[in-house]
Parts: sequence; structure tokens; C-alpha cells
Amino acid sequence: MKARVTVTLKSGILDPQGKAIEGALKSLGVDGVASVRQGKVFDIELSGSDKAKAEQALKAAADKLLANTVIENYRVELL
Amino acid sequence: MKSAVLVFPGINRERDMARALKLASGREAAMVWHAETALPEGTDLVVVPGGFSYGDYLRCGAIAARAPIMDAVRDFAANGGLVLGVCNGFQILCESGLLPGVLMRNARLKFVCRDVHMRVERSDTPFTRGYNAGQVIRVPVAHGEGNYEADEETLKRLEGEGRVLYRYCSPKGVVDEASNFNGAAHSIAGIINERGNVLGMMPHPENHVEDIMGCTDGRGLFAGLVAHLEEAA
Repeated sequence: MKARVTVTLKSGILDPQGKAIEGALKSLGVDGVASVRQGKVFDIELSGSDKAKAEQALKAAADKLLANTVIENYRVELL
Repeated sequence: MKSAVLVFPGINRERDMARALKLASGREAAMVWHAETALPEGTDLVVVPGGFSYGDYLRCGAIAARAPIMDAVRDFAANGGLVLGVCNGFQILCESGLLPGVLMRNARLKFVCRDVHMRVERSDTPFTRGYNAGQVIRVPVAHGEGNYEADEETLKRLEGEGRVLYRYCSPKGVVDEASNFNGAAHSIAGIINERGNVLGMMPHPENHVEDIMGCTDGRGLFAGLVAHLEEAA
């Protein structure tokens, strides 16, 4: 089973990397970019086929390691 | 003072730290590998040194914070043991939940490697008793992610409870925007936990302890810890 965990910065948290990327996009002349926030994507392969169990495991992974919930939110998707 | 210096893959300041600890206490520090599950018997002080544990993968300090030895460090701290985290060590302590907040990318996105000044905010803690309150000391920094951030409520608590021990300042001791080179909230360079036995700081006091280093302003921190432990013994 394939899954994806997306980790993003909470709103209100300063994101200097996102700001730098935003600046670079603007200087490249990419039209219509209002703002950029950067984050992380984890593609995870799971053994087993129980969806509920998988979701639980992914949430545990995100809470324990993949995200720092002080500053980040995460989203779990089974693909 | 029996100190234990934790060693993670990718750490590179552990020997500087061990040298400073020996200079201050006259005792060799124990080097403790991350995969260990216990600290040496009779440890008085645990030090989490600087460097780039696990290549800063995922987030600075995130993987080291989940190493087996960290459970022993959490127990040690819960029993009132003294813990000092410097640079990557500060990041590891935040990631492990021993200290609140997080160290974010420096506000101007640059890795900063130079001497900075910081003001000692109070002198009545084991980590600052070697200094006078208000004293300005010069110490080196070397980090790309030292911008301390926490939510408003946490910052309010840190300030209200006097838990900011070190703050970036000008050479004259003025805390201002210009001296806050990494953009840290409230110019925070170092904080303690609620109980006052865990300190995390970004600058490297261990690199200013001998004349040959050009400055000995870092000595006070280690001398203070030794004095505290001798008094407690």
C-alpha cells in the first residue's frame, strides 16, 4: 500500500526559505505568484492491506518524527 | 563534576566540549554513544554537544532526539540532573521535548560563523552563577538554524519566569535588532526548562575557554557548574 504524508508549516510561522523561493520565482518572471510556503512530502510504502491500521501507523509516524507539531501540520493520504 | 558528553553520528564539537569540561573540573568527561541506553553511574552533568547530527536530515536534531540514549537523558533530567545543550545540542533538546520551542532557519538565511555578544540575564542559576547579571560575554556561533521561535504564550512564560538566561546584544549590552543576527524571538540565545536544570543555547562557550582561543569568556559557565555541583555535594 502506498501512502503520502505532507508536512507544511503552520500559518503564522515565518518561512524564510519560502520567502527566498518566492523572490526567485518573481525574479524569473513567473507571473501571478502571490506567496510561497515550502514543506515536505514523504512517500511511504506500507506492508499489509488494512487501511485503518495504515492510517494509524502513518499518524504515529508523523506525530513521533516526520512533523514537529510545534510549528508544522501534516496530512496523511492513502494512495 | 562527572560529566557525560553524548556522541551522535555527525556531531563535531564533542571533543571541544570534553576539553572545556576537563579544564573546568579536572576530570575527564565520559563520551556516551547514542545507542547506549544508560548514562555512566554518578553522572552530574549531561552535555549534548554541537555539530550536525545525522547531517541535519529531516529537521536539525530531529533524529538524534529519538536516539536510545535520550530516554536515559529524559529520566536524568526528570530527576533534577543538569543537562546542557549547545548549538545542535539545543536543537536536539527542543526536538526531544526537554525544552519548548524550535530553532528555525536564520532569518537572513545565512550560516553565521563568528563571535557574537550575549548578555547574561541573571546569575542565580547553575548555568550562569559564574557571571554577574547584566554581564556581556563574547562567544562564537556557527549555525544556520538558530532562530529561536515559540508561540506567544510560551514566550510570555519564558520571560515571566525568567527563563531566558542569555540574549544576543551589542558589545555594550544593548539588546537590539542589529545584534539579533539570526532573528531569534526576543533575541533569545539560551533558555532553561521550567525546573531550571536544562539549558539550551546556540553559542559555543566551550570554544572560548583558553587564552590560545583569544578569549576566555566561556569559562564562567563551566566554572559555575563546577561550583554548583561542589556546593550540592
